[in-house]
Amino acid sequence: MSRYIPPEQSKAGQIFDIAVVVVAIFVALWLPLKLGLAGAAKSIDPLDAKTWDALGQNATMASIWEKLGYTPETAHDIIQNRFHYIIDWPTLIIMAIVLVAYFVFLFRASDREYREVINEKFDDK
Amino acid sequence: MTAAVETGLTTTIHGDRVSLLRVLGPAHVWALGVGIVLVGEFTGWNFAADKGGALAALIVCWIVGLLYTSVAMIDSEVTSTVAAAGGQYAQAKHIVGPLMAFNVALFLVFAYTMLEVSDAILLGDTIVAKAGVEGLTHNSFIAATIVVLAWLNYRGVLMTLNVNFVITAIAYVSIVILFFSVSPWTQGAVLKLNELVTPGNALPYGWIGVIAAFQFGIWYYLGIEGTTQAAEEVRSPARSLPYGTMAGMITLLIAAAMTWYVCASLMPWEYLGITYYPLWDAGKLTGSPLLENLLFIATLLAALASANGCINDAARAWFSLGRDRYLPSWFSAVHPKYRTPYRSILFLLPIALAFAFIADLNQAITFSILSGVLQYTFMSINIMMFRKKWPLGSIRRGYTHPFHPLPAIVLFCLCMVTFFAIFLGFGSQLIAMTVFYFLISLWFHFYRYKFVRRGDQFSMPWPKPQGY
Repeated sequence: MSRYIPPEQSKAGQIFDIAVVVVAIFVALWLPLKLGLAGAAKSIDPLDAKTWDALGQNATMASIWEKLGYTPETAHDIIQNRFHYIIDWPTLIIMAIVLVAYFVFLFRASDREYREVINEKFDDK
Repeated sequence: MTAAVETGLTTTIHGDRVSLLRVLGPAHVWALGVGIVLVGEFTGWNFAADKGGALAALIVCWIVGLLYTSVAMIDSEVTSTVAAAGGQYAQAKHIVGPLMAFNVALFLVFAYTMLEVSDAILLGDTIVAKAGVEGLTHNSFIAATIVVLAWLNYRGVLMTLNVNFVITAIAYVSIVILFFSVSPWTQGAVLKLNELVTPGNALPYGWIGVIAAFQFGIWYYLGIEGTTQAAEEVRSPARSLPYGTMAGMITLLIAAAMTWYVCASLMPWEYLGITYYPLWDAGKLTGSPLLENLLFIATLLAALASANGCINDAARAWFSLGRDRYLPSWFSAVHPKYRTPYRSILFLLPIALAFAFIADLNQAITFSILSGVLQYTFMSINIMMFRKKWPLGSIRRGYTHPFHPLPAIVLFCLCMVTFFAIFLGFGSQLIAMTVFYFLISLWFHFYRYKFVRRGDQFSMPWPKPQGY
């Protein structure tokens, strides 16, 4: 097998590729933040009676909250801020498809490239 | 500008071959791994309590410990055999192929850069909380942390990891001191576990909460696999890497168990789940000013050690991409005097700074965890391919992990559970990041790969893999 000679990349080409990678990184990480997609699905379940007892805190727990500087009123939003685990099946299925498709592409395309590497490496000998 | 041309494992500068220095021993490997991870005991793991309750945080501490034990075992075998800078990147290049290697390097860079960002935010927030000065923000502390540590990394790997060894050891000892100071063998005096973790609140969301807690359970140990990044700078990779990695894992399992026990015995799970500084809070709640100040300093040191190690690892992964022309070869330059991948260090600096200012702590942690879990999924498949392509006896291995393929199967299954856990709170983020990796993979496979020298991607003196 003949040895593959890659093209030399110009400086402008290198700068362009660096820019592509930087933009891609920022889009991938910053966009979910900007669109509010990042972050946990929590919400406060409000209580009318804001007492340690109503908040489900025993005497030991209440004393620790107070030691940390909280009152039942200020601790209410922390204690009642809860996850609501509901399985959103369409999103779960989309996530599974995206992940499987990604890994399948990754391994299949890598294997094609790997065969070129192995052929060149070992056919040289 | 220095004229740098990459040539295999070294960089030629003005006609001289300049390579990374082989100066590290097992203690440095331990310091790199534990230094990156130990901050997880000081913040982050406790968000698992938020997702599933205090008992869920303990259950995932053990189960995720199993996941990472599998990671350490697998990693030790492959890395002691593929001893090249880039760690898992070099493994992927030799075992799976260039596209996988490109992705693995990106997983590493994202995981470590976002971990560095989390560390800097933690450090800034901790100082601001301690100062208690109205109007004081964490921005200047974050910027100073990232810039100073980048400079330290720029100056040399030996100095960087010597500093890490000392500050990691101090932070670790502080957890041990806290543990023994609260009479862990006696309940009721200081620790009140049975009054804080009751049958009624141990698992407030039931078993779905335990699964959800996997997401932040990863934070107990995330980054231990970073030991392999130093493979090309270790004097004896076959000995130092398995020894340093396994010793690091044992160290972390002990620290995680002590941390959970003390924190869950000192504060209600609702508070434990949201605080940014569980160990510092634990120090405060003992009523001892000495312990409070010790844990305050240890929190800062743990964050510094972690950020320091992360810059080291992310820069080496990026450097490796440049050296193999997966990214522009400009990144592959080694500093002529300090022998560090200085351009990669400088390139990642503004990215870390930018995200430190736009993301909050648990968002940055989630970015890091996502990339980490994608990487562990790769590792479970990678070891199967490694054993298939080069069965035992066909090449010299520095270390052979036992019970194969059980660790790989356990690792793969736990990764699937963790993906589901991430879906339970951060599903859209997971999809967005996977789509990004998909698109950048298309870019690499159909465009960038043309600049890659095919045969040079396989540099190990091994026979042809079976099946090819």
